[in-house]
Amino acid sequence: MLKPKHFFLLPALLTLAAIILFPLIFTVRVSFSSWDVYQTGLDFIGGRNYARLFQDTRFWESLLRLSGMSFITVTLQYVLGFALALAVWKKMPGGRVFRVLFLVPMMTTPVVMSVIWRTVFHESLGPANDLLSMIGIGPVPWLSSATGAFISVVIVEVWQWTPFMFLLLLAGLVSLPREPYLAAAIDGASPTRTFWQVTFPLMAPISIGAIIIRLIEASKIMDTVNVMTSGGPGTATETPSYYIYIRGLRDFQVGYSAALSLAYLVLMIITLTIIAKLLMRFLVGKDD
Amino acid sequence: MGRTYNIIKYLCLLAWATFVVFPFLWALSTSFKDANAVTSGARYIPWVEFEPSVQGWTSLFASGSQGINIVQPFFNSASVTLLASIVSLGLGTLAAYGLSRFSYKAGFVKNSDITFFFISQRIMPPIVLAIPFFLMLKEIQALDTIFGLVIVYVALLLPIAVWVMTDFFASIPKELDEMAMIDGCTPIGAFFRVVLPNSTAGLVVAGMFCLIFGWNDFFFAFILTFTETQLLPVAIVSLNSSVTPWWSLSAFALISVTPLALIAIVVERFMSRGSLAGAFR
Repeated sequence: MLKPKHFFLLPALLTLAAIILFPLIFTVRVSFSSWDVYQTGLDFIGGRNYARLFQDTRFWESLLRLSGMSFITVTLQYVLGFALALAVWKKMPGGRVFRVLFLVPMMTTPVVMSVIWRTVFHESLGPANDLLSMIGIGPVPWLSSATGAFISVVIVEVWQWTPFMFLLLLAGLVSLPREPYLAAAIDGASPTRTFWQVTFPLMAPISIGAIIIRLIEASKIMDTVNVMTSGGPGTATETPSYYIYIRGLRDFQVGYSAALSLAYLVLMIITLTIIAKLLMRFLVGKDD
Repeated sequence: MGRTYNIIKYLCLLAWATFVVFPFLWALSTSFKDANAVTSGARYIPWVEFEPSVQGWTSLFASGSQGINIVQPFFNSASVTLLASIVSLGLGTLAAYGLSRFSYKAGFVKNSDITFFFISQRIMPPIVLAIPFFLMLKEIQALDTIFGLVIVYVALLLPIAVWVMTDFFASIPKELDEMAMIDGCTPIGAFFRVVLPNSTAGLVVAGMFCLIFGWNDFFFAFILTFTETQLLPVAIVSLNSSVTPWWSLSAFALISVTPLALIAIVVERFMSRGSLAGAFR
């Protein structure tokens, strides 16, 4: 029954299934219970947690906020990452130094850098306001105002993850075929035209891949928010992950947080699938 | 036209490079400050704007109530990340090779579904699994241990290894293994003797991604450990919430991000050779 081909697949498959399946099934079960601080253990209360979730405006607001935040950060990362990759694509003096530097932020630990960024954005002692005051701006209430906190998180996310886009897009650029460029040069196409007619279409598949991966990772954002703003001020930077964390592990409403997290998971899968399909249709002009 | 364009390009690259290195330089400068230099507003250049002090660095290795122990968390982080990366890379490479060369079928489940099962784990928000993981590790008495964290991190890193290696093996011609099998190798022998030695580029890329995502995880380490097995990110966040001075925090942060930041040099080398392209497609 066991063939050589099973030797390759089964160890990984069984390991992952063993680690993931129990927690997932357990979460589904708990989401139908009223497990909380006062009553630990598994009872069955039907879909009451799910009914409550539909009226939880704080949850839906956090989802809306996450959509906005992901859209802004991933768009910025893509545009900046692509521009930087194009700039250092061809051999140039100092090119390798720039390439290495541009990769560094994605290698650093988000929470650790968030600790540093918090000191950068400190309103009276940090350099952000100090440097802005030199050109006559400020003081900006970075972490104490709703807009300021949101922008701070966006800046840190762009700093941290533009390198990831840069890496994937530059790897794609390096491996592009040469023939289309020769053809474009013979036709006398301008650099701008060559970009839109040759480079961009050839890069479409890898662009989609990079955008999807970043959207997936952005949808889970929590560490940065946790350290920089703790979701605040108020709930101005609260993401679904962080809200579920508060409900589940601070308020200890385990049953309800399980329902929240499953709803969140399902919504993410649906949304990301739709986005992937749409991107495919618009950038490559085909389905799958 | 060419000249102006070049000048503008370099200025933009310099601007971005400044943005990239700014937090590191700021942390480096802050790590040599004392209370005076921190509380009197933003200062940048040692000796000119403030008198440097090394207490931020010495406090990390000092013992007693004043000291912040960085050695133990560093060692813990390194062990957990390395162990989990090795296990994930090993299992992931085997699975990726299997998925790229053989066809599996169980009911309606086919190769593409299995690949999707692996990779889709990345969509799972960590928070969904946090409480069950906690209970699971408590059950097998692995809370607050390196072993327990390794189990959890394997689930986190295995999808990455499978993802990178599947794309990589798709770019290695099948004729390579077929030749080996004509020469009398079993499928398993062909993999170990012929395919694996030719897969260094893919393995390095996959390994680096495992190291990055393992070393940089905070959430699971935060939930699943307390005091015995503190990892670096957890240690720094617990310092951050107390009254720890900025100079110690900065020195701590720099030590904990430096090992991985050096990986950027390796990544760049592979990228320039075009070796990443196969791994990312």
